[in-house]
Amino acid sequence: MNKIKVVHYINQFFAGIGGEEKADIKPEKRDGVVGPGMGLNGLFKGEAEIVGTIICGDSYFNENVEEAQVEIIEMIKSYEPDLFIAGPAFNAGRYGVACGAIAKFVKEELNIPVLTGMYVENPGADMYSSDVYMIETGNSAASMRTALPAIAKFSMKLINGEEIGRPSEEGYLSTGKRRNIFVEEIGGKRAVDMLIKKLKHEEFETEYPMPVFDNVEPGKAIKDLSKAKIALVTSGGIVPCGNPDRIESSSASKYGRYDITGVNTLLGYETAHGGYDPSFANNDANRVIPLDILREMEAAGEIGEIYGAFYSTVGNGTAVKSSLAFAEELTETLIADKVDAVILTST
Amino acid sequence: MRLEIGEINIKDVRFGEKCEIIDNILFINKEELINLIDDDHFESVDIDIAKPGEETRITPVKDVIEPRVKVDEDLGMFPGVINHVKTVGSGRTHVLKGSAVITCGKIVGFQEGIIDMSGPGAEFTPFSKLNNVVMVCNQKEGIESHSIEKAVRLAGLTVADYLGKLGKNIEPDNIETYETLPLLKQAEQYSDLPKVGYVYMLQTQGLMHDTYVYGADAKHLIPTLLYPTEVMDGAILSGNCVSACDKNTTYHHLNNPVIKHLYKQHGKEINFMGVIITNETVFLQDKERSSDTVAKLTEYLGLDGVIITQEGFGNPDTDLIMNCKKVEAKGIDTVILTDEYAGRDGASQSLADADQAADAVVTAGNANELIELPPMKKIIGMLDYVDNIAGGFDGSLREDGSILAEIQVITGATNELGFNKLTARTY
Repeated sequence: MNKIKVVHYINQFFAGIGGEEKADIKPEKRDGVVGPGMGLNGLFKGEAEIVGTIICGDSYFNENVEEAQVEIIEMIKSYEPDLFIAGPAFNAGRYGVACGAIAKFVKEELNIPVLTGMYVENPGADMYSSDVYMIETGNSAASMRTALPAIAKFSMKLINGEEIGRPSEEGYLSTGKRRNIFVEEIGGKRAVDMLIKKLKHEEFETEYPMPVFDNVEPGKAIKDLSKAKIALVTSGGIVPCGNPDRIESSSASKYGRYDITGVNTLLGYETAHGGYDPSFANNDANRVIPLDILREMEAAGEIGEIYGAFYSTVGNGTAVKSSLAFAEELTETLIADKVDAVILTST
Repeated sequence: MRLEIGEINIKDVRFGEKCEIIDNILFINKEELINLIDDDHFESVDIDIAKPGEETRITPVKDVIEPRVKVDEDLGMFPGVINHVKTVGSGRTHVLKGSAVITCGKIVGFQEGIIDMSGPGAEFTPFSKLNNVVMVCNQKEGIESHSIEKAVRLAGLTVADYLGKLGKNIEPDNIETYETLPLLKQAEQYSDLPKVGYVYMLQTQGLMHDTYVYGADAKHLIPTLLYPTEVMDGAILSGNCVSACDKNTTYHHLNNPVIKHLYKQHGKEINFMGVIITNETVFLQDKERSSDTVAKLTEYLGLDGVIITQEGFGNPDTDLIMNCKKVEAKGIDTVILTDEYAGRDGASQSLADADQAADAVVTAGNANELIELPPMKKIIGMLDYVDNIAGGFDGSLREDGSILAEIQVITGATNELGFNKLTARTY
């Protein structure tokens, strides 16, 4: 059997080129192993081999992500690898982000198994652990000794298409994804057993740890609406007909901003939302964003001004994390444009 | 209240000269059963048989009912619906174990489920392991959908009741006895064990989403108490099947595994005090009233712990969490039983509501996960609705008869009474 071909990605520091002062070096490729790859090669026990190493400065990568990714992917392609490994990055923040980003990109572009490793608090872990497998490491290169065997072992599992167990069993950072499995006992029995343990104050493992929901305090009431600038934001998926931004019907990855200067009623709009009966919204989008009534109130002087654009996304199956990111971004604009209040409509 | 459940193990179901049970084989006569259904809602009713391992797909499935009979003269199964209303749960009941009556046919067309008798889909539904008598109900043109839903529901119960009665004078293969004493005596019987109750949430979101208790529409109930054995005699009946994976069929209610396993520990680890039934309503005021009453009853009964089971998902997640929070706030330990809608990739939040008080959760799996169901040789019912049922999508049904859909489409796949071994974990 041919040896499994592996490409390894490291930064300028682990390549021995230099520290922060060399963090701006552009990507380069070298045949064979460099730095920690040597250790990995030994651990592959002849079954796999690092055929090439890509080196890139952390600053260069993070400041030129799109360009760097394209340059790097071409270098990786040239080796026709079966597996891609980035890092481990331990607690080096920009290195961790680079490892996560490039591993994700390789997985998407080349459709081969990818793997990286880092410390749980590395910002790269937060950003990419749901996209790629990340072996959990210590917070410094002192843990290289334990990180490399774990990476090598997991690599072979990926290559051989073996069943990947739960994070705690396999030593990777949770992807946060739920997966169905069959277990020994039926749910009714598991529930009774769990209750007995809980009553006895014995240890038990919940099958679904509750997510923590943020509680948002309502804003202060507007004292004088006739002087207020009001904006409209919705998770009801209202978009101009044809959905120009292609907002997904479920699990939205983006939001849209749509100009309503001079628009008095939402004709020519529809919903992109896949989670409710769209016929009523498509028939009259004012039912989701009440622009028609607000324009009347504006004309009557009851409301100072309607902000010149509305923001819209789809709430259906959309992760809280994504919604939060959308809101943080668009709120900055609303604040900069001196909006006093927002009417937030859902469906 | 003391109930003996006598199980007659049905090894096979076959067509025969007349409906009868001989040597644990259930013989059915088509004409005899069809003649039971005197309902002018139907153009026709057909009867078929589906057995484990056959390459058969049944769809769209409305309800699954286990044939049972009250051996006692003055009582009947499904009181208040098929038989006169009278408190059940005591005496003796015979069960045709291993058999079921399944109703299917065009009812609403987007709410009903799929049962495969073999292949990967069969792994997800308990009904693939049963000898099934399937009723295909063909409605007359132009009949309003709520009326037809009721007609189909009653037709299924009628046939199940009729078949159940065949077991009245047959000596069961085994007998299980379940007993719950009047409250104060029950508390006294195992006074050193923790007192445990069961909060049984019933889907009651309106037409087609309803559950019936002694014939009463459960959405109008104030949460109340049942002896656990009443459930085994058909006090609770299903009137819904939307998103078939996590709706309790009548079969599920009759065989509620939480009740069964609480009884198994009764007198050993716990003192099983009884069942609190509650509903899942659509108005906030009703949700508050019901969950307040549930918490009050758990306190009133002096319970130390409860298991709470949900039916459905999304909107009822709020009822589940309200019940859990309010019961925990009384200082009573809870375990909740639910399922998940975490998206096809499992990356989304699983429930529409959450609270840190819900620290003990049993999950019946992620209903959004995709499954590929191979073509089957025989279809009982019709494939016309596969694309439209919840969990299906445009293109779910392919030309060769195979189906790509979420496991949501499979009747009972993520049942929240804890019927199955399916669950989900974070990876």
